Amino acid sequence: MTTLLEMQGITKTFPGVKALDNVTLRVEEGEIHALVGENGAGKSTLMKVLSGVYPHGSYDGVIHYAGTEARFRSITDSEAKGVIIIHQELALVPLLSIAENLFLGNERASNGVINWRETFARTEELLAKVGLHDAPSTLVGKIGVGKQQLVEIAKALAKDVRLLILDEPTAALQENDSQKLLDLLLELKAQGVTSIIISHKLNEVRRVADRVTVIRDGATVSTIDARTEEISEERIIRDMVGRDMAHRYPERTPNIGPVLMEVSDWCVWHPEQTDRQMIKNAAFTVRKGEIVGIAGLMGAGRTELAMSLFGKSYGTNHSGQVTIDGTHADTSTVPRAIQSGLAYVTEDRKELGLILEEPIVRNITLANLPGVSASGVLNANEEQQVAERYRDAMNIRTPSVFQKVVNLSGGNQQKVVLSKWLFTDPQVLILDEPTRGIDVGAKFEIYSIMNDLAAQGRGVVMISSEMPELLGMCDRIYVMTEGRIVGELTGAEASQERIMEMILRH
Amino acid sequence: MTTTDSTTAATRPQTGILAYLGGHLRDYGMLLALIAIMVFFQIMTDGTLLKPVNITNLFLQNSYIIIMALGMLLVIVAGHIDLSVGSVVGFVGALAAVMMVDWDWPVLVTIPACLLVGILIGAAQGYWVAYWKIPSFIVTLAGMLVFRGLSLWLLEGQSVGPFPKSFQSLSTGFIPDIFPFTAGLFGLERMNGLAVVAGVVIAAVIVWMGLRSRTQNARYGIEGEPFGFFVARNIIVGGAIIFVAYKLSTFRGLPNVLITMGILIGVYAFLTENTTLGRRIYAIGGNLKAAKLSGIKTEWLTFLTFVNMGLLAGLAGLIFAARLNTATPKGGVSFELDVIAAVFIGGASMSGGVGKIVGAVIGAFIMGVMNNGMSILGIGIDYQQVIKGLVLLAAVIFDVYNKSK
Repeated sequence: MTTLLEMQGITKTFPGVKALDNVTLRVEEGEIHALVGENGAGKSTLMKVLSGVYPHGSYDGVIHYAGTEARFRSITDSEAKGVIIIHQELALVPLLSIAENLFLGNERASNGVINWRETFARTEELLAKVGLHDAPSTLVGKIGVGKQQLVEIAKALAKDVRLLILDEPTAALQENDSQKLLDLLLELKAQGVTSIIISHKLNEVRRVADRVTVIRDGATVSTIDARTEEISEERIIRDMVGRDMAHRYPERTPNIGPVLMEVSDWCVWHPEQTDRQMIKNAAFTVRKGEIVGIAGLMGAGRTELAMSLFGKSYGTNHSGQVTIDGTHADTSTVPRAIQSGLAYVTEDRKELGLILEEPIVRNITLANLPGVSASGVLNANEEQQVAERYRDAMNIRTPSVFQKVVNLSGGNQQKVVLSKWLFTDPQVLILDEPTRGIDVGAKFEIYSIMNDLAAQGRGVVMISSEMPELLGMCDRIYVMTEGRIVGELTGAEASQERIMEMILRH
Repeated sequence: MTTTDSTTAATRPQTGILAYLGGHLRDYGMLLALIAIMVFFQIMTDGTLLKPVNITNLFLQNSYIIIMALGMLLVIVAGHIDLSVGSVVGFVGALAAVMMVDWDWPVLVTIPACLLVGILIGAAQGYWVAYWKIPSFIVTLAGMLVFRGLSLWLLEGQSVGPFPKSFQSLSTGFIPDIFPFTAGLFGLERMNGLAVVAGVVIAAVIVWMGLRSRTQNARYGIEGEPFGFFVARNIIVGGAIIFVAYKLSTFRGLPNVLITMGILIGVYAFLTENTTLGRRIYAIGGNLKAAKLSGIKTEWLTFLTFVNMGLLAGLAGLIFAARLNTATPKGGVSFELDVIAAVFIGGASMSGGVGKIVGAVIGAFIMGVMNNGMSILGIGIDYQQVIKGLVLLAAVIFDVYNKSK
């Protein structure tokens, strides 16, 4: 094994913060190297140093790549040497075809005139390599996130990749898409491509990685070699958070009361294709003090169900009944749904949940401004007190509630969204992927908050694509597929196998 | 943090103020730019800029731009734009002229009727923007053409005027002096006592309100500006108000339109900063989807911002016509650009969610003082346009630079 990449003593400082402190990373030719660490540990910064986003000279330390010292001044420099990074937010143009995207900036052209025959032929070849069977002329916006991820990899292959860096490639993917992607990585490895994969999902790391480097607070903590020792999740978590985490889910003694919310015969049609039924006669109940999970694959209609219930925010031609606390609940508009005691924490925090450029305080009070005003006039002091109360209760890590939300980490942002909804004093909270993109430590805190909410006698509905999380947290789990609720399991009888079986047997 | 800041401010006020200013360049930069521009023109025009008659003129000339900037700020904060306001000014002015001159309607009927028409115009445009999601750029571009055409049609290509005295006083009238004896007290030949008293009272109220919010902030542990800075800022602002009031008093006193404008600025500043309505409009511009999912009636509020813009454009149309004492087919041409420029110079963001009433007013004054100063200097309209364009660009670059810093 020869060393392909060696980063030595990398130190990178931003005004007031040392993002990387003497980090060392060694990647061998032909291996899959996993880089793990909590959010903000410095993984992405390290990869930006490597790929030339932070040019040579803006950091201290030395990078040896393929036998020579690398001094990348830009992404173009590093790509020319075969170092290609695929960011978490995909860099594809939705309105261009797969073929156009694959060769964007790297067009098959002579004198600026594109050779479409070659473009399409090469695209076919590359798509076959990544196992994607869509036509090269398909618009990227028309294919799912999983396939888009494959297009990104094909794009990297088109540039003669030698070191492929994937930043949380499976964060937005479904179980089966993730598996496909990981298989592809193993296949590429067999063809001699070296990869660095940044991931929060430790089971995936265990599955594909040859070696794992753990970074904490901008410094390398350890490198574990899968070929000489077993990679245990406990060991990685311990290294990541710097302490033992005996339980990934907080202790809780459920105290479940009578039925709080009941949805029956809920039907919703697609907003544009109005003859397509998205939710088919869905029915479920939530009890006081209960945490109810909704499991399913992507596209099963979980988010659609939640959003259509919350003020008809999704779909058309809604029909069915919702009762909360025994009485008919009018949830036909968002304000009325809030009035009825419903709250919905969206899957996409940044796009749908927060006003990023506004301070924490304004985000927290947004859904209940009457709560901090009298006859339409805001009381700034009361507003601040409310925000500070939630900051303390939720443990939002910030020096001031006047901090802009955009400057917070994912976990703290999620706590701000939760605070916003708690301030509306809801009886039932629907949480859609509440721990997506959040690191292990913050996840634990979010789980604890959920338990507290249940203990206060509220009903909690948790939608999640991570089955272990559902199994660890929920008293009852509904299984959804193709817009239908196809099964219900109690926490005791639920297992990953049984959930998958319900989805597949349907 | 808190203690170190306050000690530096107390022991070395100079550095404290400068450091604070450095951190808040974005907030105070435009005010400083306005002061610098005024000093520059005051020197270049040998003192003409701040002569009482010219100060009065500055207010009369810019009142309608400032009034529209208040509405435009809300539209831009909500994430939209209104290109039709110049044409609406022309149309409402033309309508008022036809009502009063051709139809002999009394002034007291004409004014509310024209304001109502302004509201209806805003509602008509806002409806398409808010409920049909048609881009405001397109809807109001259409409105710009439609209302320009309609004012030509109304006036049949002619100028219509003059207007009754009571209508003219909307713009060129002055508040009668209720303290005429004060001039004698100071041994001055000519001084409008009301103007001076009003200036002193307003300055005192501003300082008092500042002090009150400061003590409240301190009680809640909110860290405000350093005390030295607070004092300096209040001396400048209060001094400027009393200075302007005194200057006005030695001419003809307080123009009616200054009072209208002042009240509107106060009302809109309060609306944007202290009411749930204002907060929700900022939320819509900041993140439309998140606002909607937080239970905010985004369509209705977007509609309201356009209705409000129509009302203010109607008022501006009346004031503009009253000032010229005639309505012409060219009335209000390209006003929309001055208004939009004022709002952006004042720090509003093109993408919505950011901007302040005070900023928009300062932006309008920057444009107004430059127009006025360059005209006094006899700079040609060609260079004036170039310079104004560059100032707009520079202001926005300054903003972007400050944000990225």
